[in-house]
Amino acid sequence: MGAYTMRMLRLLPIVLLLGGAALAQSPTYGVGSTPSEEEIRALDISISPTGEELPPGRGTPKEGALVFRRQGCAGCHGATAKGAAAPTLVKAEGGPDVHPWDLGRVLPFRAPYATTVWDYINRAMPLNREGTLTADEVYALTAFLLNINGVIPEDAVMDAQSLPKVKMPIREGWSPLPDWKPGMQRLEGYPY
Amino acid sequence: MGLKRSDRRGFLKNGAVLAGGLTLGAVRPASGQTPESGTFIKGTEELIAYGQRSRFETAVRISHGRTPSPDAFGLVKHVATPLQESVGVITPSALHYVGTTRGSFIPDIDPQEHRLMIHGMVDRPLTFSMQDLKRLPSVTRLHFIECAANRPSPTAKDIQESHGMTSCAEWTGVLLSVLLKEAGVKGSASWIVAEGAEEVKGASSIPMAKAMDDCLVCYGMNGEAVRPQQGYPLRLMVPGFEGIFNVKYLRRIKAVDQYYMTYNDYGHLRREPENAALGYQIGPKSVITYPSAGHQLPDRGFYEISGLAWSGGGAVRRVEVSTDGGRRWTDAQIRGTPYRMAHTRFSLNWNWDGTETALLSRCTDEQGHIQPSRAQVAEFFGVPLDPSYRVPGQDNSIQTWRVASDGSVHNAYA
Repeated sequence: MGAYTMRMLRLLPIVLLLGGAALAQSPTYGVGSTPSEEEIRALDISISPTGEELPPGRGTPKEGALVFRRQGCAGCHGATAKGAAAPTLVKAEGGPDVHPWDLGRVLPFRAPYATTVWDYINRAMPLNREGTLTADEVYALTAFLLNINGVIPEDAVMDAQSLPKVKMPIREGWSPLPDWKPGMQRLEGYPY
Repeated sequence: MGLKRSDRRGFLKNGAVLAGGLTLGAVRPASGQTPESGTFIKGTEELIAYGQRSRFETAVRISHGRTPSPDAFGLVKHVATPLQESVGVITPSALHYVGTTRGSFIPDIDPQEHRLMIHGMVDRPLTFSMQDLKRLPSVTRLHFIECAANRPSPTAKDIQESHGMTSCAEWTGVLLSVLLKEAGVKGSASWIVAEGAEEVKGASSIPMAKAMDDCLVCYGMNGEAVRPQQGYPLRLMVPGFEGIFNVKYLRRIKAVDQYYMTYNDYGHLRREPENAALGYQIGPKSVITYPSAGHQLPDRGFYEISGLAWSGGGAVRRVEVSTDGGRRWTDAQIRGTPYRMAHTRFSLNWNWDGTETALLSRCTDEQGHIQPSRAQVAEFFGVPLDPSYRVPGQDNSIQTWRVASDGSVHNAYA
């Protein structure tokens, strides 16, 4: 190994560093402004199935039952969370042989992840007062709705750690979307 | 000109009489071509500022399938386009179909205040004002949108009920890929979550491959600002995908590394793989708009059969029409340029001999995929065909119109 090669090898980390920086995309137009961390946090209401965006807070089914009445949820969804103007929130009755999918399109039952229930209540409820519930209230309502659908026990506590771990009845019972690529066939072997 | 209003009207009237006489070369002007005194449309300031169609043109949108609102709040949820009177390929903005996530709430957004934020797995989170977006290189493209609920049905009385949940407009905006590159998407980001500013903050997960391919962030529609019912001031266009992906009132895009299972994603979950796969990107589809159910042929003789074809898989390559119930197929003429993921007008000259028959159309897209009959779909999946059979995913099956010997046209769903 010659001195030249040795020198090049010593330079390698620097070359790699520069190469990495060059690979990162740089803005072409420089249009737009940079939002602050606070601005991003205020707008970012997306909750992933793994729940990393969930805020601090907690709630139980019992507390949720109170919130359900106090916040007027019962006014649209019914005192028993079913049979009223707004979508029913309780699964249909069914024997042990009935697949959970056949018990209705009921969010706190059919959603593969409990995070979807939390996310939707938080962003879209109550009607005309969307986004006004506290994190504790959303945890409590989620706990209440999961409990009346037999998903979690009455003494369960929902928080940022426990909610993503809830095992929903159809966590595996749905078909994932195809891995979309430009020009792909919609369904293998399907000529239509 | 210096003419008083009454003078000008008289001048116009005489001119019209003159023009009519010259064109027709007849002594007695044909009725309807020469307006009688006082039948001019008054040139109001309102009409000069923003025009409107003739009072003789009455096509309007209807609630989807003429059904009561499915959300039980008494609000019209989906609104269908009157395709039976469509000409060309552009749906007028005022007649473009409407789908909503909940009821028909339309946010009243001041464009000066509106912002689009791009964040998540990016090197540089960015916020764009409407003014920022209009500084960037723009593209203008024709694209159709179609609702997942747009499927032929045995109860549909006309094409508006069976096919009215699709429309096509000219959309103008910035390629989403331009904005994502400006923010510097990290290599591990495989999805985006696109979110609207309306009351439910409707959000959908969209594959990054699609986001970087041909999605558009639109501020323009048919030569003016996007209409409020279509997402004013900003709408995401996801060409060829089910309608719900085209997020209205677009306010935020988050680059992420997993499917986020938003409420909209959950709503479109399917148990069967074929339903999930075929209810995503829309397949090749076409329908004859004239003559179609509800039309009345006045007499035997010549008619130009006319219709629309489209595909989520690209441009329409070929349209065939059958005028004998599907026994023989003839290549229709493609009118104009077939654009990718856009309604394409086709036509075929036809002499009706006055006997009962059935009219059908089928299209083939640039990928070579062919619009199927319901029977072909049932056969592919090995299930018996009966009127209750439901084509999996987005129903792109062939529509049959029956022409009765009295010239009336009917839905012949089977």
